[in-house]
Amino acid sequence: MRVRRLLPALRLLVVAPAFFCVSATAAFAAENAGVQAAVDALNTRSFDDKRAAATELAGIDDPRAAVVLEALLAGELFTERGSGRLVIATLVDEAAGPRAGYALRDAVTDEDLGETGRRGARRVTVNNALRRYLRGLVAGLRLRDEDANNRITAVRAVADAADPDLGPLLRERLAVETEGDVRDAIATALTVFDLDSPDEATRLAAIAASHGNLDGTVRMKLTALASDDADSGPVHSEAVRDAAKDALAAIERTVARFQTVETILFGLSLGSILVLAAIGLSITFGVMGVINMAHGELIMLGAYTTYVVQTLMPGALEYSIIVAIPAAFLVSGLVGIGIERGIIRFLYGRPLETLLATFGVSLILQQAVRSIFSPLNRAVATPQWMSGSWEIVTGLSFTYNRLYTLIFAGLVFVALLVILQRTRLGLEVRATMQNRSMARAMGIRSARVDALTFGLGAGIAGVAGVALSQLTNVGPNLGQGYIVDSFLVVVFGGVGNLWGTLVAGLSLGVVNKFLEPVTGAVVAKIVVLVFIILFIQKRPRGLFPQKGRAAEA
Amino acid sequence: MRSIIHLSKALVVAAAAVATLAAFNAAAQDEDTIKVGVLHSLSGTMAISETTLKDTVLMLIEEQNAAGGLLGKQLEAVVVDPASNWPLFAEKARELLDLQQVAVVFGCWTSVSRKSVLPVFEELNGLLFYPVQYEGEESSKNVFYTGAAPNQQAIPAVDYLMNELGAERWVLAGTDYVYPRTTNKILEAYLKAKGVADEDIMINYTPFGHSDWQSIVSDIKKFGSAGKKTAVVSTINGDANVPFYKELGNQGIAAEDIPVIAFSVGEEELSGIDTGPLVGHLAAWNYFMSVAADVNDDFIDEWLAFIDDEDRVTNDPMEAHYIGFKMWVEAVEKAGTTDPAAVQDAIIGVTVPNLSGGTATMLANHHITKPVLIGEIQDDGQFDIVWETPDLVPGDAWSDFLPGSMDIEADWVELKCGNYNTKTKECSGQNYE
Repeated sequence: MRVRRLLPALRLLVVAPAFFCVSATAAFAAENAGVQAAVDALNTRSFDDKRAAATELAGIDDPRAAVVLEALLAGELFTERGSGRLVIATLVDEAAGPRAGYALRDAVTDEDLGETGRRGARRVTVNNALRRYLRGLVAGLRLRDEDANNRITAVRAVADAADPDLGPLLRERLAVETEGDVRDAIATALTVFDLDSPDEATRLAAIAASHGNLDGTVRMKLTALASDDADSGPVHSEAVRDAAKDALAAIERTVARFQTVETILFGLSLGSILVLAAIGLSITFGVMGVINMAHGELIMLGAYTTYVVQTLMPGALEYSIIVAIPAAFLVSGLVGIGIERGIIRFLYGRPLETLLATFGVSLILQQAVRSIFSPLNRAVATPQWMSGSWEIVTGLSFTYNRLYTLIFAGLVFVALLVILQRTRLGLEVRATMQNRSMARAMGIRSARVDALTFGLGAGIAGVAGVALSQLTNVGPNLGQGYIVDSFLVVVFGGVGNLWGTLVAGLSLGVVNKFLEPVTGAVVAKIVVLVFIILFIQKRPRGLFPQKGRAAEA
Repeated sequence: MRSIIHLSKALVVAAAAVATLAAFNAAAQDEDTIKVGVLHSLSGTMAISETTLKDTVLMLIEEQNAAGGLLGKQLEAVVVDPASNWPLFAEKARELLDLQQVAVVFGCWTSVSRKSVLPVFEELNGLLFYPVQYEGEESSKNVFYTGAAPNQQAIPAVDYLMNELGAERWVLAGTDYVYPRTTNKILEAYLKAKGVADEDIMINYTPFGHSDWQSIVSDIKKFGSAGKKTAVVSTINGDANVPFYKELGNQGIAAEDIPVIAFSVGEEELSGIDTGPLVGHLAAWNYFMSVAADVNDDFIDEWLAFIDDEDRVTNDPMEAHYIGFKMWVEAVEKAGTTDPAAVQDAIIGVTVPNLSGGTATMLANHHITKPVLIGEIQDDGQFDIVWETPDLVPGDAWSDFLPGSMDIEADWVELKCGNYNTKTKECSGQNYE
């Protein structure tokens, strides 16, 4: 987004000198006519013709050419309805979108053409192939940029486009480039182009240079070279094929190693989500013995709180999620206390009735959300620092949203452990759990402890909802998808044992991820379910059963 | 678990009773109207998609009434809520046809809900207009399929990827239920007929509402780095798409490398997501909101005014209801009555304008002709149309690429049969008179 906002500013910088030139010199007018012709040629339905026109435009040494190409790439090049003139259109009001209309400027002369409605101009469409090509073209133009870092970015973009027409651009630049880093980047990028070279020695050198290169483009080219098909380019000798096979085998080995690491990371990340969803339940179910079917809806409330907080802080997207954590804890926690005080406390010791009542509560909460927020899913934006992925080494990366969720789950677990082991509330909770009547005799107000414990479990569910809002859809049905999994984790881990929940959640996640490639996602889920059923037959109290007399009660 | 089922049943019965009571009151008000049934879920999982269609039908009815009604009578909408509950769809359909005596029903989204109401419509000889793209392999005397059959969406989409983008390796990813399974079976047969090798096809199914896409996306990435241009054909349903596309974006798979073409992602689905990382991914439909046609501009203006929210969008199933409604109106005028049997005869061959500037014709197999459009997702949640079929494509009820259905034909004019085997010259199944 930031880049888009910067573009108009950049454009102004480029345009200002161009403007003087145009009006000043007559010689430039001829050049300008060439630009005009090439720009007009962009107004065609055929993408091949557009590509030809763009190539011609890039060849003209005129700052306006770059501006038009960038506008085309950014989807800001329009044709004016009626006149068919090519214009650069910007939204009049960024927040209101196209509804407020567009401000138009002539694409070539930059003349101000006033504003028009949403249907007063039509976008010049760009498809994927053309977009990739344009990115290369624009990058080619940016190869002359003042800033070395921009030049490196441009070199990478040219390499990504991997269009043979763009190779010469890089070579030209290499001839005049003085900066060392940029030269290195160009050399790496050229490897990609050399793989297509008609000269056998150049090809072999390029193949040798790509040993251990995990870049996707390189791998695709190598696979093509290693194939036994006859039509893989002009030079496809035995030597080239063997060298390519060698290089590919080396790459495959590295990839296979990374694959295992990746699967474990994926498993831990899935596991951390299970732990987050289940740990609140582990408290209410494990400690209080309440089967809370509305647990999933408490998670959903947390996710909706994130949405509301985000809507209330439109300017501070990056921080709103931090604010949402305590807010979600409070909202879900208070609703949880409400449920406990209003319904559950009358039903202690009657598990079936509690189950039915909380199931009813879950339906009520779902429909309430549906009535307040509409049945449609709400869009919760992902802050910049949570999108994209962290490249641990080339070829092995872990997406940021998963990474943060993993860390977050760890923090929540530690916080909960501290609360239960180190605070007065935790002491009272543990006392009540072990022996309710003895705890009461010691002066603990067990009713208050019950309400707070339930509120704590519900609050944690709300916090889980904040994390889930970044990973899945925020809608009225969000909770339903997690309630069964949460019960599985708690039962598997051993009722009332936080460590059990942690180990159970993480191991189920990892097992699931190792099964998934072999069996597919649907069967993997079934296998895990069957495994837990069998496991519970053998060890009804889960992985870490509670010991002592209290457990027998 | 037993008690939960009992409880939910009791709830459903109570809800049904309340709805019936409300409906009775409405029925008592006015006898001199033509009743139009609307059978779309307004609660539960499918409410997200179906509520919009209910509003579309209400808008069309309002428009028709403003233009003088039909056969001199006003139209009256009878809206029921089957609550995304498949058996309840059948109950509600019976209520509409038997109790309310509606002349026609517009409704259903999922195939399973259509299958659930089918026996009711056939028993009571009602009329159902079904507006969603589906897997085909069906043609009932009582149902008019205004959404796309597989040959009007899936096959042209694959042709586009193969011919225009040069895709050679294929990932067929879908949600695990009847529509993706059948569509992928057809596509697999089609790809193999085109000479694609077994190892160049990867098929993957995920449960409803799947949200953990890490390993599948990573698999797709691996599958796509084998030296051939790879494309993903997605029949992933509903909101599972959001985390799927998010994961694609996060793992750095751009549309230029591995394009994903979706059959269930439209403007409505995109309105719930940040579309930044999706730019360039594709969808195949028979209508896009961005279609450049005056009739479409008018429809959008009317819709935004009706729903009173400038942020709402229009989508393909809405166009299907638009076409279906206009066809029904014209057929009733032609027949001079709303009697289902007369309308069934009159509607074949009826041609009405569609929203992309062309026309749609009802065929003898109860499917319609449609153009096929391919759009690329833009960052404003709209699609840029990058390709369209030169001619209208007639809907084919029975796929020509599946062994079981190659020889089967549906024709309600000549053959009077929806399941006629051209080899054995027999009409079978439930689809005949």
